[in-house]
Amino acid sequence: MSIELVKEKYAGPVNTLEIGKPGLKSGPIVIGGETGLPFMFREGEMPNRPIVALEILDMEPTDWPPALMGAFGNAIKDPVDWAVECVSRHNAKALCVRLQSIHPDFGNRSPDKAVSVLKNIIERAGVPLIVVGCGDDERDNDVLPKASQALKGENCLFGIATQSNYKTLTATCLADGHSIIAESPIDCNIAKQLNILITDMGFDPSRIVMHPTTTALGYGMEYVYSIMERSRLAAFIGDKSLAMPFLLFVGAETWKVKEAKDFGEAQGVNWEVATSAAMVQAGADMIVVRHPGSAKTITAYIDKLIPRSSGRDK
Amino acid sequence: MIVIGELINGMYKDVGKAISKKETDLIQHLAVDQVKAGANILDVNMGPYTTDPKEDMKWLVESIQKVTDVPLSLDCSNIDVIEGGLKLAKNRVVINSTSADQDKMDRIFSLAKKYNSQVIALTMDKAGVPNDKEKRVELAAVIVEKALEMGISMDDLYIDPVLLPVNVAQPQVSIAFEAIRDLKLISDPAPKSVIGLSNVSQRAKNRSLVNRTYLVMAMANGLTAAILDPLDKELMDAMITAELLLNKNIYCDSFLDAYRKR
Repeated sequence: MSIELVKEKYAGPVNTLEIGKPGLKSGPIVIGGETGLPFMFREGEMPNRPIVALEILDMEPTDWPPALMGAFGNAIKDPVDWAVECVSRHNAKALCVRLQSIHPDFGNRSPDKAVSVLKNIIERAGVPLIVVGCGDDERDNDVLPKASQALKGENCLFGIATQSNYKTLTATCLADGHSIIAESPIDCNIAKQLNILITDMGFDPSRIVMHPTTTALGYGMEYVYSIMERSRLAAFIGDKSLAMPFLLFVGAETWKVKEAKDFGEAQGVNWEVATSAAMVQAGADMIVVRHPGSAKTITAYIDKLIPRSSGRDK
Repeated sequence: MIVIGELINGMYKDVGKAISKKETDLIQHLAVDQVKAGANILDVNMGPYTTDPKEDMKWLVESIQKVTDVPLSLDCSNIDVIEGGLKLAKNRVVINSTSADQDKMDRIFSLAKKYNSQVIALTMDKAGVPNDKEKRVELAAVIVEKALEMGISMDDLYIDPVLLPVNVAQPQVSIAFEAIRDLKLISDPAPKSVIGLSNVSQRAKNRSLVNRTYLVMAMANGLTAAILDPLDKELMDAMITAELLLNKNIYCDSFLDAYRKR
């Protein structure tokens, strides 16, 4: 007697989101749209393959380990050169610019200066941009609206909205036509609540990306995996307030831990790749990494997992 | 929970009058309001005073379908009248209802097969409503056997253990909980379960409180659907909260809003 495979059939897809505008060197990119758990092609579709973006800062990093800095040579001294290097030499499909220079501890740079760097980056690099603040709410609420306005029409992804600080960024993204990153601390209840709070302001839910926060390999990423899976399963049975694509800042988490930063470049890259691979398996639609070697390996890994007939090439 | 809105029923004076005078507005408002409040299916019952049931059913189905696409539950004891409605229905219909009598099931299940409809079946027969759980479950088993024999899938079968008013048949009310629970054991996959919720509070005081308390307890016993008044906001709030506590939805602080935005 033959045994029939038990296949799940789900009701609701993950939202599809486009970042960037036509006419860029690369992009626009499209993420989301899954109708089943990752890489379960017998149960659902994955029309858009997960995207790997490279993260840069808007200043020369002062606290990055040498194992990471070395990958970019002298280009890392200037954010615009660094961005161009990521795209031309490392084939980045998208860039994430972290506005570290505006942080009180990292230079407290003026909004005008930060905005002009951003504008140069998008002009010279020509790929879809993710723009995230420095993490200081006061500075972010001052600078991000100006950055958003300056990039109006570029269809960027801006972050980071949290449950305690989402109104300014939501309003500004709404006004300038950008998408938004909603962050929750490994907590699907807060993720859902924040998505609702943002949509209550009139924001289109299909323009929200969830950042469930993450940890590096060895620091409890299994829990991140289970939270992402739980959110996804809810989305698939029709919970529209959790049907947003996932973005994970794997690089920022990985290069903080000693196992990645203190044992040479190869181990750091391996640490970033291993963490990314797990997050892609957990349902990440977009991974932001820091080392170009990791980006290359994880992209190849995704390509290997997706059969040729499936997944739209972007 | 599958919510079957009960308000389009000729038993209510204004609805009965609207049916006899063909007041489309009132019916359409009731349809839209119930759907907005969370009804997944709309029950359509002409009530006892109709003089031309066939025409009334057609008029109701057509009027409702002009304003909403949700499936209808055609609630009538006359099979020809139901078939008239089935012919006009754009979506899958729930036929409401058959008893556990073989001749009635033969006709209703044949009709369901012909029109690819779902069916509500009551655990009662010519002898009336059983007064214990065992007989209810036995009749449910008879219904399931007949449905499977006639090719009706368990997904399309709602079994109603027949809810009686608490002020008339108090012991029966708690027996229905046990019946709902045991319906799950009859077959794998199990049939769905449904109750006519408002029956429990007929002519009782504090109806809304009785209804919502019963609904929550029935849900805890595995109830899948209920015919109820979706405009009773406290009832709907209790239902949404019960789903949350049964871990059917992910909690968030705005859980009531989140559910309504689904």
